[in-house]
Parts: sequence; C-alpha cells; structure tokens
Amino acid sequence: MIGFTTAAYVVAAVLFILSLGGLSNQESAKRAVWYGIVGMALAVFATLVGPGSGLWLLSLLLIAGGGLIGSYVAKRVQMTEMPQLVAAMHSLVGLAAVFVGFNAHFEIGNVAQVMAIADAANQADLSDLGAFAKLIAKKTAAELTILHVELFLGIFIGAITFTGSVVAYGKLAGKVTSAATKLPGGHALNAAAAGLSLICLIWYTASGGLFPLILMTLAALFIGYHLIMGIGGADMPVVVSMLNSYSGWAAAAIGFSLGNDLLIVVGALVGSSGAILSYIMCKAMNRHFVSVILGGFGGTSGPQMEVEGEQVAIDADGVAAALNDADSVIIIPGYGMAVAQAQQSVSELVRKLRAKGKEVRFAIHPVAGRLPGHMNVLLAEAKVPYDIVLEMDEINDDFPETDVAIVIGSNDIVNPAAQEDPNSPIAGMPVLECWKAKQVFVSKRGQGTGYSGIENPLFFKENTRMFYGDAKQSLDKLLPMID
Amino acid sequence: MKIGTPKEILDGENRVAMTPDSAVQLQKLGYDCAIETGAGAAAGFSDAVYEAAGVEIVKTAAALWKGVDIVAKVRQPTETELKRLTKGKTLISFFNPAGNEDGMELAKSKGANVIAMEMVPRISRAQKMDALSSMANIAGYRAVIEAGNNFGRFFTGQVTAAGKVPPAKVLIVGAGVAGLAAIGTSTSLGAITYAFDVRPEVAEQVESMGAEFVYLDFEEQQQDGAATGGYASVQSEEFRNAQLAKFRELAPEMDIVITTALIPNREAPELWTKDMVESMKPGSVIVDLAAEKGGNCKLTVADEKIVTDNGVTIIGYTDFPSRMAAQSSSLYATNIRHMMADLTPEKDGQINHDMEDDVIRGSTVTFEGEITFPPPPPKVQAIAAQKKPEVKELTPEEKKAQEIAAFKAQTKQQFTLLGVGGALMLLVGLVAPASFMQHFIVFVLAVFVGFQVIWGVAHSLHTPLMAITNAISSIIIVGALMQIGSGSFLVILLAALSVFMAGINIFGGFLVTRRMLAMFQKS
Repeated sequence: MIGFTTAAYVVAAVLFILSLGGLSNQESAKRAVWYGIVGMALAVFATLVGPGSGLWLLSLLLIAGGGLIGSYVAKRVQMTEMPQLVAAMHSLVGLAAVFVGFNAHFEIGNVAQVMAIADAANQADLSDLGAFAKLIAKKTAAELTILHVELFLGIFIGAITFTGSVVAYGKLAGKVTSAATKLPGGHALNAAAAGLSLICLIWYTASGGLFPLILMTLAALFIGYHLIMGIGGADMPVVVSMLNSYSGWAAAAIGFSLGNDLLIVVGALVGSSGAILSYIMCKAMNRHFVSVILGGFGGTSGPQMEVEGEQVAIDADGVAAALNDADSVIIIPGYGMAVAQAQQSVSELVRKLRAKGKEVRFAIHPVAGRLPGHMNVLLAEAKVPYDIVLEMDEINDDFPETDVAIVIGSNDIVNPAAQEDPNSPIAGMPVLECWKAKQVFVSKRGQGTGYSGIENPLFFKENTRMFYGDAKQSLDKLLPMID
Repeated sequence: MKIGTPKEILDGENRVAMTPDSAVQLQKLGYDCAIETGAGAAAGFSDAVYEAAGVEIVKTAAALWKGVDIVAKVRQPTETELKRLTKGKTLISFFNPAGNEDGMELAKSKGANVIAMEMVPRISRAQKMDALSSMANIAGYRAVIEAGNNFGRFFTGQVTAAGKVPPAKVLIVGAGVAGLAAIGTSTSLGAITYAFDVRPEVAEQVESMGAEFVYLDFEEQQQDGAATGGYASVQSEEFRNAQLAKFRELAPEMDIVITTALIPNREAPELWTKDMVESMKPGSVIVDLAAEKGGNCKLTVADEKIVTDNGVTIIGYTDFPSRMAAQSSSLYATNIRHMMADLTPEKDGQINHDMEDDVIRGSTVTFEGEITFPPPPPKVQAIAAQKKPEVKELTPEEKKAQEIAAFKAQTKQQFTLLGVGGALMLLVGLVAPASFMQHFIVFVLAVFVGFQVIWGVAHSLHTPLMAITNAISSIIIVGALMQIGSGSFLVILLAALSVFMAGINIFGGFLVTRRMLAMFQKS
C-alpha cells in the first residue's frame, strides 16, 4: 500500500502543478480547476487508504461536514466579498497547520514515553501508535532536532497566518478599521515577539518541552495580529497574497516534520506562487516589499505639494451629455465600484454605449480593488467581455486620444501626484494617466480622501468633474439618459 | 477661370456634371460656366435653363474643351477627350485610375491635372464630395424599384376582399451605402427585408433601417471595417462557406435578392451561386449591383436583364444612376461643386491646387506632369480605428545592443542566484542528515517549479489563482489524516478539527474558483 500512496502522491503533485500552470489563460483555466480537484481527491483518498490512517469513517464524515459548509459559503458569497472569503479561508489553513504541528509534538512525546518504557523492557512495542510514530521512533537525535525545528516553524508560520488572516478578513469586511493602527511601541513589539520566538526555538530544541512551544505560539499569534493591523487597507492586495504564501510555507514546514513529500511539494508551490503574486503587486505599486510588510508608507522627505483649485461637481445630465457626444470612453473601476455593487450598472452602461458604436474599454490597474485581479472578476461577473478589459500598460498611452475617462470608485491608482510630486507618499507608483483624456468624470461618494488618505490632485484638475454620490445610484440615474 | 461640361459621349449615359443650380453656385465661387449644347437634355435640363442660369452654351465639344480651364464630366474620359487636354487644364471626373494606366499616362503627357472623383477619401470632411456614395445611394434605391418593376406582386402583405397577399421577402447582401439605401427603400415599400454584411459592426445600422440582420453561426473574429477605410475586405474560406450555407438556406424563401458586394479593386465575389438561383421560386428577381465587376451572381449578364429557365429574373444593369439622371446629375453636380469650393479657398475663381490637403491630394491622379496615383494614406483615419500601441522603432544595432545587455544582465543575475543557492544547499547538506536532505531536495525543486509556473499566469486571473492556491493549500488535510489514527485523545481532537477546517477550505476554494472562471467570457 505504501507504493500506491506514493504513486498517488506523485500524480497528485503533477496535477497540482498543471492546475496552477493552466491559469495562464481564461480558457485553459476552466480545465485547470478540474486538475486541482482531481489532485486533491486523489491525495485524500490515497492518504485514507494508505498506511497509518485510522478512523477513516470519522475522517470522511468530517470532510463531508466541512465540505457542506464550504460549498454553502462558496455558493452564497457575493463576488464583491471575494477578498474577505479568501482571507478567511487562509486563516483556516493557518489554524490547521498549528494543530497539526502541535499533534506532531504530542506524538513525539508519546513515542518518547513508549520508547522509555520499551528501553526498560528492552523491547519497543509501537503497534498501537500510528505510522507517524513509527517514523519518529526510527529517528536519530540529530534528526529529532531537525524535526523539532520543522514543526516549530510550521506552528510559527501557521499561527501568524491564522491571526493575520483573521485581521485581514476583518479589515476587508469592514469589521475592523482599515486604517493602519499600531500599538504603542510599533515595530519594536513585533521585533520583541520575534526575538521571544527565537529564544523559544532554542529552548524547545534543547528541552523538547511543551511550554516554549505554547509561548512561541502566543508570540506568533500576536505578530500576525499586530503586523496586519499595522498595514493600511490600500496594501491589502499584497497582504492577502502574502498570507496565501505563508499558508503554503506552513504546509511545507509541516510536510517536513511529517516526512510527507506531497505536503512539501504543494506547500512550496503555494508558497512560491503567493510570493510571486506579492512581488508583482509590490512592483505595480512601486513599493518595496519590506515597507509594505512593515506597514504604513515609507518615510517622505518633505512636505507634500499643496493642491490648488476646487473640485467642480457635475450632475447626471452633464455626464450623459458628454457620454452621448463621446466616441471613445475608458472606464477605470476601483474598490468603490465593488463596495457600491455597481458592476451590473457599469456593465449596462457599457452595453448601451457600445450599442451606439462607441469604443468603450476598461483600464485596470494591477492593484485596483482589494485582491489581485479583483476588478476582472467583478466585471466578468457582470458579463463584461474580457477582451475590452485592458491592463494598465496596454491602455495608458491611449488616454490622450480618449474623449471621456470615467473613474468609478478608484483614487490612488489615478493620482497624478505619483508622477508630479516627488514628496508624495506614492511618488513613482505607476498610475493610470486618465487626466490626459479630454474629460474625466469621477464617481465618488464625497469629498474625502481615499483609502490611503492622500489628497488627489486629479479631482482638482480643470478637465475633471466630480460626479458625487453612491456609484450604483449615480450610474442608475445616468443610464436612462444615454440614448 | 472658366469651368465647362461637355456632353457625355458614352451611349446610354444620361447624367451631366453641371446642373443649372450648381452653375449658380460655381459662379458664386468666381468661375465662369460653359456647357456643350444639349449636354443636360437627357437629364432634363434644357439649354434654355442653363442660359437662364448664366451658363454659356458652346456648340461643339472641341470648342468647349479648348475654351475652358476646368472640365467637369461624369464618365471616365475617352482617349479623344484626353487628347484635348493641355497643360494647366484641370479635369474632374470619374477616372478609374487603378484600371486606367493609359489614360493617366496620356493626361500626364499632356501636363493636365486630373482629379478622380472615385478617389475622394472617405473622411468626414470629404463626405460632401463623395460621389461614389451619392451614386451608390441612387443605385440602391433604383435597384429596389427595378426589382419591383420586374416582380409580379406587391411588396406589402395585404388582406383584401379579393384574397390575402403575402408580403415580399427581400434579401440585401452587402450593407454599404447602396445596400442601406436599398434596405430603406425596401422596408418603406413594406417588404420584409433581410440584410447581410461581412462586417458585423453594420448590424445595428441595418437594424436601424428596419431590416433584420442575418447573422452567421461563425466564430472567426472579423476584421474591423475601420482598418480598411470602411470597406469590406476579402474573407477567409471558412467564412465564405458559412456565408454560402446561410444563403442557400434563405434562397428558397426570398422573392427579391439584391446583391451589392464589392471589394475595392477586385472582381466581385460570387455570393449567389447557380444552385441558389435554381432553388428560388419562379417570378423571383435578382438585382446584381456588382454586375460591372463580374457580378455577385455568375449568371448575371452585365447591362442586361435575363430570365433563367426556372423563371428567375436577373437584372445586371450597370447604369442605375443614369436611369435616374435628373436626380443623379444634381447630386453629382453638387459633389463637383463642393470639390471646386475646396479647390477655391479664396472664392476668387482661381484654382489653388493644394497638394498638402488630404482630400485634394488623395483624389488627384496626375499633377503638373506627374502621376500621383496611388496617393499616400490620408492623415485622418476614415473611422476612428483601434489604436495600436506604439512601438518605438529602434535601429537594428540598438536593438541588438539592448538584447545583448539584457542577456548579460540576466546571465549575471542567474549565475549569482545559482551560486548563492548552490552554496547554501551545500552548507545545509554538510550539517543535515540524509533523510532531511531527501525532503529538502523535493522542497527546493517544488519551489523552483512554482516560480516557473506562476510567472505565466494571466494578470486577470490573479483572483482565481489566489482562490485555487488557497484550496490547494488545504493539502494540510493529508497531515491531519495521518495523525487522526493516533492513540492520544488530544491528538485525535486536534487532527479532527484540522480535517474539518481543511474540508471547508477544499470545497469552498474550488467551488469559488469555478464560479469565478465560469464568468469570464469573450465579447
């Protein structure tokens, strides 16, 4: 049976790799999901029939129960709530990693006990322990130390992932303030907790006791909480993909301690994919990964440019008139569109404009929304054809020839200060140059600043008109006027 | 300067390039007008009316060609006519420059400036002088009238005391200017009108005229009409087959078929095959507006009306505008007048042949002893086309240097990474036991594969990627399953909880991913 399980693991690992690789385009992605599903089913099945598992009935019941809840949530969730959901699910993986790590520790304890008794009787009887225990029993002292380090790391990363994801969920769902908040002491607290964990590691490898492990877990839980609390809402896309990466590394570390290659392979796949995603996000924001992780914006070296002028408001009539005259329109959606659930109205507007023969396209900034690719998913949900949805690099040069640019609920990603003001906190971040269009309409709730709290000179430009109000209501008011 | 119009020489050509109305307008531009006697007679304009409008009547063509500076006419000039040109004279006419090498050579050798009316670029500013469109408009209208003339029934459906009359079904192939005009005429006469065009973007124009657009079950992305200046382009074989299959299906139902499909400078594509004609009902009418270029139906005989064995009338006239000479003359004369207005910005009766002007440059085929055909592409696009991202042109050397530099930097980076990574691996290998190294190698390879694979993921799929990696990361369930069989209660409890949570994650993650991916669709 061991041979079968190993073979199944190899097949599952290949399927997982194909599954991730298949996401390179929309069509093959649909197939890719099935690779993933089959891979997972195979892995679970092989483990259940493989050596060392017991209570398979209970296991199946638990999986079925979890599956029911998972399916229910997945069916019910609104597309706009996708970031929260992903964050929440990461927390589950983190917590599971912590539990499995602790289990490994307990098993080591059990094995040691049995071995001690066996030593006295000069005959070890491990038959009532699982396969994992048998594995442990064969280990030398050096290997045991490594095992300690591995499960320690697994628990550490898992714990950070858990609280971090919970906080990220809270922020994305609006249950926790999205502003960057830190306890007094700031990063010193994080550093202290990390230092404490390091001490615990040394202590634990030396003693193998439960206490340092629990202490470290508490410290890691705190780090996860405090680290993510200190990161502003605008950086959430990076945070979510980073937590995604962590959950992978946690799984890999657990895989090491359990000596399970499948866990290692898949954990490494997920870990590296999350890391690359974070890297791509950071690059899109021209931010250094470390400064995102450490929270808040990097230090600025002077006062920000004063914004002059005033924001000129416009009503639906004016916007409709301009749209009726325009030949080319670019729409720039942002998180505001998601919040207002305005994607259906936007889609309807696009349909109407396109029916009149106007060229309508979407410009998507890589970090628009709260999740990588967030806008694409929302627009796809609203049945906006994906070939008119373009990335920043594809469309940025087209703004000067565009009649109307409509900004719906985005702010930082269209902030000209990134190019014009070297002292701006977002200086150097690539932005959508919508102000180069002949006319810009900004659909916005009110005069306040955006998620990042930075004043946006775009709103004060001469060719910009502010279309105040809830994005969905504004658009619905606008729709009948487009003829 | 004096502008004159001779009588058209070609048999059956009734049009005239100057009407009394246009003459009045031309005089306002400062020109003197002259016309050969009887030139307007066929179009219903007598010499007397011209005289009343202040136009000088010239007795012979020779005298007219000699006495004027600018000649405006309709049909492509004959050799005799061209020989009458002299240096400095301007000729405005249809010229068919693409198929009239000899004519251009002759005009060039005479040193005359020739403006070909069919070469007026299709840009908004030049619409007022677009004679092709105004003639096509008439042709489309007249095609329906000719069809009605040869069709033995009503266009509208009627329920009368004498019985029920079904409405005529009309299919119009090609929804260019002529096609749209035909659609408008046909629908206003009350026929059920269908229309087809290879450019899917005209579907809404067709629908706006009250006809039903015939869609093909065909997936191929059609070339945007904008790229070809609003004209249709050549189709792929598969597309053509799909198109013919659709026509074959429609043929038995249609009473009147009007084909208007022309591709610039090519023989007309065959769209209405012999078997389609044979499957039509007796008494049906086909009007082939492409007859001059060989016809969209190969049974068409140019300039003739024939009746096939199964009683289908095929009309191949090529002179539809001429059959409505009064209307077409007045439109054509207005086009000419607008052209003259553009040539006379000062309104002083002097031609200012500005070769910098897009419209004038585009339509001029010979200028001061040079052949200037074909013209460069107009600076203004006919229809706002999809802008292609501009690619900076680099010289080959620069490109090469850049590539080499990039390659070197990449090599250096990779070597450094490999070096550092390798050294680290070796270090780990020195201290770690063999069992660990085994797993470690697997780990490193997996990370490597992960990096390689993820770079290829499309940007727009990042959210599904997150969801699917999230689902996959619940592989931790395998660890929990291995532990659940342990003897200790605490271990079982924690493992059970882990299995449960991972279960949520597996199902939730995959389902959400599937939901998201199902939404992505192409327009």
